[in-house]
Amino acid sequence: MPADFISSLFVFILAAFLGLELIKRVSPLLHTPLMSLTNALDAIVVVAAIIIAGERKTNMAETLGLVAVAASFSNMVGGFIITDRMLSMFKTGKAKKP
Amino acid sequence: MSTDQILQLIDFTYIAAAIGFILSLKWLSSPVTAMRGVLIGEVASALAVLATLFDARVTEHKWIIIALLIGAGIGVPLGMVKMTAVPQRTALSHAFGALSAALVGISEYYVGAPNISKFEMGEIGLEVVIGSLTVTGSLIAAGKLQELKWIPQRPITYKGQNYVSLSVLAAAVLLIVELVFHPEKTFLFPIMVGVALVFGVMLVTPIGGADMPTVISLLNSYAGFSASLLGFVLQSKLLVVAGALDGASGFILSVIMCKAMNRSFTNVLFGAFGQVQAAAAGAKEERVVKSASPEDAASILSAANRVVIVPGYGMAVAQAQHKVRELCDALIKKGIDVKFGIHPVAGRMPGHMNVLLAEADIPYDRLLEMDAINGDLPQTDVALVIGANDVTNPAARTDQGSPIYGMPIIDVDKARTVMVIKRSMAAGFAGIDNPLYYLDHTLMLFGDAKKFVSEIVQHLAGSQS
Repeated sequence: MPADFISSLFVFILAAFLGLELIKRVSPLLHTPLMSLTNALDAIVVVAAIIIAGERKTNMAETLGLVAVAASFSNMVGGFIITDRMLSMFKTGKAKKP
Repeated sequence: MSTDQILQLIDFTYIAAAIGFILSLKWLSSPVTAMRGVLIGEVASALAVLATLFDARVTEHKWIIIALLIGAGIGVPLGMVKMTAVPQRTALSHAFGALSAALVGISEYYVGAPNISKFEMGEIGLEVVIGSLTVTGSLIAAGKLQELKWIPQRPITYKGQNYVSLSVLAAAVLLIVELVFHPEKTFLFPIMVGVALVFGVMLVTPIGGADMPTVISLLNSYAGFSASLLGFVLQSKLLVVAGALDGASGFILSVIMCKAMNRSFTNVLFGAFGQVQAAAAGAKEERVVKSASPEDAASILSAANRVVIVPGYGMAVAQAQHKVRELCDALIKKGIDVKFGIHPVAGRMPGHMNVLLAEADIPYDRLLEMDAINGDLPQTDVALVIGANDVTNPAARTDQGSPIYGMPIIDVDKARTVMVIKRSMAAGFAGIDNPLYYLDHTLMLFGDAKKFVSEIVQHLAGSQS
């Protein structure tokens, strides 16, 4: 088993447990923004797509990489915008003045 | 700076980004700090993207910048959709996320193939299969949520479906195994991708309606784990972390949705395979229901001290949330205590009702989750159910023969008076009769939710002057 697999697994296990603990604490009020936010964060795949497209090892890799860049970056941009919009609607009764 | 130093700097930026992601989720725990959470997520992502552009392996920038611009061009409108369209937007973004992860995995395979180690082949195979099935699965889910004509809304099931679906999944796994041991058979790789794409379709078509919140959470989890696996392939710890966080989030939401529907845990992991054909309970004698007019409803509401409103997907369909806000305001003006009781699976994705009600300007401290509201209901004068059905069905508590027996519900039947706004007496999504409607203290308000609520509001205003 390659050494970097072990270290990745290590990181994965720790991150997964941390994620479970963090997300358990998220109020059910915010489950929809939670999903759009994690989607936007997950769009960090774009960095891998940029490398694949930028390395230009083969034409195919470059093309698929560029499509991947566009797909994941659209998630990053759209995910943050919509999360922001949703959260700005959540107001308490005190702050509200009709 | 030397190339090595730049690489180190990029690595440190990635570590900072990972920390930002974790803080982002931590701050999302409460509406008070949530905005800060989004901001740090944005900063972390932007830094990571910017740093990557300076990576020495990136030799050509022009096309990447163009691809980023195209991505932003697609992303902005997808971020501006109406709140009612958020479920399908979310499903679509699961598809994009998984597409991206799958494409990078496919590229990585073809750059190396056929000289690829057994281990790496296993990782890539698994990553591409999970990514691909998530792409088609999410597209079908998005189509169902968007109510596209050519995608069947109702679950499609047939005899032996589970076996067919599982054999397709098994075929995909066997293809991975074959590729691991015979990497020279590169022609098998596109077949594997194709089989995974087909499996994604088969995974989601049998599921519909009330199960959508579970499906969408499940696909979220798959999309996250495929990104994490990609991190294993590319030895990118940042992807491992981000994917694990996203995967964990989808996983927890799936579990919450399943608990809220009293489903088993195996159903969570493999999708609710053809679970939904709950047969309508037989023996249907004609029972009497009491109905009431908007005027009656208004006078009963004005006499109340405590009102609990229980919204369901029907409220979203009728676009009644703004009228409900008016009703809420009118009642509060009369000094009546108004709270909302939100069932975890109300709506089409986790938390959907909260977003719609928040959009209608209803303060979130009035929105209570099921467990919080159930204690209040016995002291509640009026429970007003708007467009919700199965989540208020007392048979889930009492009737062991009911298909939804054991499902946690909002105990509206414990309120002194129950009023249910409903189009007709047709059964709910699961096709189960709801004994709530025949109770002595239940009044049925037949009609379109939006119209009915606005008529109640008019009568409330009229009685005041």
